[in-house]
Amino acid sequence: MKKSQFRSPLYPYLLLLPQLSIVVIFFYWPAAEAIRSSFYLEDPFGFSSTFVGLDNFKDMVLRSDYVATARFTVIFSVLVTFFSLATALLLAVTADRVLRGASTYKTLLMWVYAIAPPVAGLIGIMLFDNLVGPITEFFRTIGWDFKLGVNRFDTAFAMITISIWKQIPVNFIFFLSGLQGIPKSVQEAASIDCKSTLRRFWTITFPLLAPTGFFLLIINITYSLFDTFGVIDVVLKGEPGNNPVTLVYKVFLDGFRGNDLGGSSAQSVILMVLVLILTVFQFRMIERRVHYS
Amino acid sequence: MSTTDMSLDNASSTTAAKVSPARKRPFKWSVVSDHLILIIGSLFMLMPVVAAFLTSSHDNATVHSGGLQMSIGDELAANYYNAMLVPGGFTKSVDGMRMLGNSFILGIGFAVGKIIISMLAAYAIVYFRFRFATLAFWLIFTTLLLPLEVRILPSYEIVQSLGLLNTYTGLIVPLIASATGTFFFRQFFKSIPDELIEAARIDGAGPVKFFFDILIPLSKTMIAAIFIIMFVFGWNQYLWPTMMTTDERFFTLVRGISQIMQVFIGSQIPDYGEAMALAIIAMLPPVLIVVFFQRWFVKGLVESDK
Repeated sequence: MKKSQFRSPLYPYLLLLPQLSIVVIFFYWPAAEAIRSSFYLEDPFGFSSTFVGLDNFKDMVLRSDYVATARFTVIFSVLVTFFSLATALLLAVTADRVLRGASTYKTLLMWVYAIAPPVAGLIGIMLFDNLVGPITEFFRTIGWDFKLGVNRFDTAFAMITISIWKQIPVNFIFFLSGLQGIPKSVQEAASIDCKSTLRRFWTITFPLLAPTGFFLLIINITYSLFDTFGVIDVVLKGEPGNNPVTLVYKVFLDGFRGNDLGGSSAQSVILMVLVLILTVFQFRMIERRVHYS
Repeated sequence: MSTTDMSLDNASSTTAAKVSPARKRPFKWSVVSDHLILIIGSLFMLMPVVAAFLTSSHDNATVHSGGLQMSIGDELAANYYNAMLVPGGFTKSVDGMRMLGNSFILGIGFAVGKIIISMLAAYAIVYFRFRFATLAFWLIFTTLLLPLEVRILPSYEIVQSLGLLNTYTGLIVPLIASATGTFFFRQFFKSIPDELIEAARIDGAGPVKFFFDILIPLSKTMIAAIFIIMFVFGWNQYLWPTMMTTDERFFTLVRGISQIMQVFIGSQIPDYGEAMALAIIAMLPPVLIVVFFQRWFVKGLVESDK
């Protein structure tokens, strides 16, 4: 906080009023409502609701489709996070090294950030289309009878690939800015001591990038949990059928299509707890990051 | 290193004319492989969109029989004309221009609204001493914990009960209910030296004058950076507009994507060209902003996400 501050009986409250009222109406109220309705069973017409304690949670966790969705979400998040981080790291390290065309490469590798996930999904389903898609055609020539929307594995493959593609730019930007934050003197000293680029990377650059990496890990997990909704919705064309979905998509499906308000709320609460854990973890990491720099 | 090598070469070469004075970097395979990696990476990011653009220049029968096209066709103008100006959808009441306008309203409305509200709140938190300051701080910053997606259903019900479905207010305001902007401005204000406010107070400047004459001019770059991030974020919203707007007159381009998909489910030949034309238009404004204001964009992204 500042050492010197204004004092006023009115100004601070007036200044905070817009933000606080929006936060209370559109954040605390719905969050409280989600928690409340996760303990109630509402009849399909919304006329009455009965307190059922933890039944919604028990039903949810015991249902096999919830467990399957949770398992798919974990696999999905791990793959998307790993491949988008790894690809972006390779590209950032390389882009940081080249002398010619560095800024052109930088632009070419980051602009996809601006594309909305569902738009990426739309382009993706064209490329993976069973009839006209060039990627599908390529897979068929190498003997993989790729069928988007029919085969669970193939659908998941398309979802994951599109989600990775969409997430590479963010990771690239952060890794590159992390790399540029490493003092040139450290890099020069390392290049005198060690000829092998690969070894230099693992012993010098990688540890120095670790704080950025930890931070990005959380960002990527959050992305794969929440922001991929648009990709998944478009790939499934709004009709999941037998195809795999993530937990957030299931909240939407059960609540909106299935009209299972209690069940959907219980899922929301489970997700809230998950995000809470991630955020606490993230704040601890930020503390470390600030400490380093 | 390279200069010593060159001077040795000079000494050993017999004819002085042969040695070019241009400082040539020694050829290295690692440089070639670096460029190869970057070119493959750039193509990987670029090709899907190039394919989408080229496909948007062909008629549907060509795409249907021959797959995605990798050449420029002659239906470019027709497809974009149809996508932008011919009303589509179930009620035939919305065309691409209308959706484009709505996208701009959402993107700019969200960015401007968020900047104003969060600057005011951050100003109060950093520059004023008042009771409940800590409480206000925590009330606002707890919102960083939970994204809209996990409270989507109750948010929808509340917006519905307030009668805000299918309105621009209902579309924009609930999205502002997170503290990312406030957090960002708080960090920035804290980095401004204390001497400024002390000097301002000695000169008799009140809180309003200080805010407009000193703080806003100092924050210009920050405001630009955060505007770009927030505009792209608002423009690209999908889930909330999908739930909020059932009236096609309020559709944004990104929201309209789910309507475009319906053509892929029907039994006729899908409108590939038109769908790709809309996809290109939906990505164009945010992409242009990110590319042209790259420096501010990177600054905003890297510093706001801390």
